[in-house]
Amino acid sequence: MAVTAMKETRSDRIFDVCNIAVLGLFLLAVLYPLVYILSASFSSAQAISSGQVWLWPVDFNLEGYKAIFEYKSIVAGFLNSVFYAVVGTLINVTMTLLAAYPLSRRDLYGRNGFMFLFVFTMLFSGGMIPTYLVVHQLGLLNTRWALILPTAMAVWNMIITRTYYQVTIPHELLEAARIDGCDDFKFFTRIVLPLSKPIIAVNALLYAVGHWNQFFNALIYLTDESLFPLQLVLREILVKNSIDPSQIQDAAELMRVQELRDLLKYSLIVIASVPPLLAYPFVQRHFVKGVMIGSLKG
Amino acid sequence: MTDTLTDRREIAESGQDRPRRLDRRTRWESTARRIGHGWQLYLMLLLPVAYVIIFQYWPMYGVQIAFRNYNVVQGITGSPWVGFDNFTRFIESYQFWPVIRNTIVLQAYELVATFPLPIVLALALNYVRVRWFQRTVQMVTYAPHFISTVVIVGMLFVLLDPRIGMVNNLLGLFGISSTDFMGDPGLFRHIYVWSGVWQSLGFSAIIYLAALAGIDPELHEAAIVDGATKLKRIWHIDLPGIAPIAVILLILNIGSILSIGFEKVLLMQNNLNLSSSEVIDTYVYKVGLASDVPLFSYAAAIGLFRSVVGLVLLIAANQLARRFAKSSLW
Repeated sequence: MAVTAMKETRSDRIFDVCNIAVLGLFLLAVLYPLVYILSASFSSAQAISSGQVWLWPVDFNLEGYKAIFEYKSIVAGFLNSVFYAVVGTLINVTMTLLAAYPLSRRDLYGRNGFMFLFVFTMLFSGGMIPTYLVVHQLGLLNTRWALILPTAMAVWNMIITRTYYQVTIPHELLEAARIDGCDDFKFFTRIVLPLSKPIIAVNALLYAVGHWNQFFNALIYLTDESLFPLQLVLREILVKNSIDPSQIQDAAELMRVQELRDLLKYSLIVIASVPPLLAYPFVQRHFVKGVMIGSLKG
Repeated sequence: MTDTLTDRREIAESGQDRPRRLDRRTRWESTARRIGHGWQLYLMLLLPVAYVIIFQYWPMYGVQIAFRNYNVVQGITGSPWVGFDNFTRFIESYQFWPVIRNTIVLQAYELVATFPLPIVLALALNYVRVRWFQRTVQMVTYAPHFISTVVIVGMLFVLLDPRIGMVNNLLGLFGISSTDFMGDPGLFRHIYVWSGVWQSLGFSAIIYLAALAGIDPELHEAAIVDGATKLKRIWHIDLPGIAPIAVILLILNIGSILSIGFEKVLLMQNNLNLSSSEVIDTYVYKVGLASDVPLFSYAAAIGLFRSVVGLVLLIAANQLARRFAKSSLW
């Protein structure tokens, strides 16, 4: 590149050094707490209590993780969260595509009206209480649907998806397909969907992470503990600091887990964060592309 | 209005030799034909439209309970009207000023801290020429964005724990006695805002990085030939280049000034820090849903108050931006 081949001035060199130094410090500031928690989760309970852990695990062991798998409500919550994330994301992505494609069509009569119908909900909402009453009236309280239906689609994601279609699916393609006898459904399933992989990946990631991390709707809509998602169980242990003895099988176990209480928290933080972090690299390639096209050209 | 315009345009485009002014009946017929033609598209829209009507517009209809004295037996439309009683009750309550002040201070602090930093980070990353370093910083700083709010707050609790927390251990090395960070109302705001920066800074920079990538490289080449330093190029090329995006994000932030990341506040809240952590949304949750005697109408009124102020701020910010920055949401 011609730009980099040019001889640098003194002030530019100073700039570069400062720049790298500041970014390096920021990198460490983000990384250190993560590494610390990971190391602590593999250390012994005594090493944590006595403050011996600084960077690497001390007295490497897996006690914390064992305790997690013996804690019944954590396992149940984990499975519930998997259910909410899978079913919820499936519905989210379907709804988003169903709304985004027709709204990307220039020839849709009343398009602006429909757009306004959706966008207005981003500016104004009924609020927590009226929404709660609707969920109540529909009889969704204390059902799995309460965590899936009220968040069945995010308008923001729909707009990104719509923009993606406007940019990537030229009108000429539709016209050509029409000449070959394609109706709107066929065009959508045979041509639009196969071209939608990047945007589907982006949507699936955003929605799935959203479902996995959601806790407030569960807090207000659910009282039945067997339906609780992981985040609600985490709140009890991590934030409210309460560990329910009835969740543990026998008295010896109880003693052990009380000793391991602090360790358990570290392991729990790691376990709860792994699924969304694992999903990220798989779709990163699509992610940058999809989000860029979707958000910038809007 | 726009419908007739598109009607005419279509007729003009289709090249048919029809009179420009259609009488009412033929216009209606042509509209009906066009809707009939795209029926499959409307069928696709059916579920999403049903979703917004049920879960977004129905609650808006239910907002009227803010002006009623709602009780479960009589239902929404059966409960008696009370006018603005619920609003005046909130404004006159001893909770009003503390809650409003906490909400505004917390959000304003967050705005000041989280708006400029992603721009700085994006600019810094943009001038790093060591690719692996640039990628590493990006990868690592995105990661916390994917960690849930509950876990982030859980991390704050374990790291700031007065007994075994890493931060207190570290301060202990310098002979500083341990502090109960989470129980100190004076520290609540700082912990809230800076943990938010830690979590979202890397991710927020993405959009600015994309905008920077869209700047014409010839501008930079010309500036280098003219002897501009990197700082000058940032000031005269990069910042003007990303200004439109920045303005739009700023408008959105101002519009949400009363609706701060409520989940996180609720999770970080405890009886010790309540004096600085009670914000509008946590207050609504407490009087409306979490109390033994839920005051639905009162809570709905407070929620409506917040929504309306938010909408007004959004519109005002948009007007200002349109006037002074020539960039706006609509």
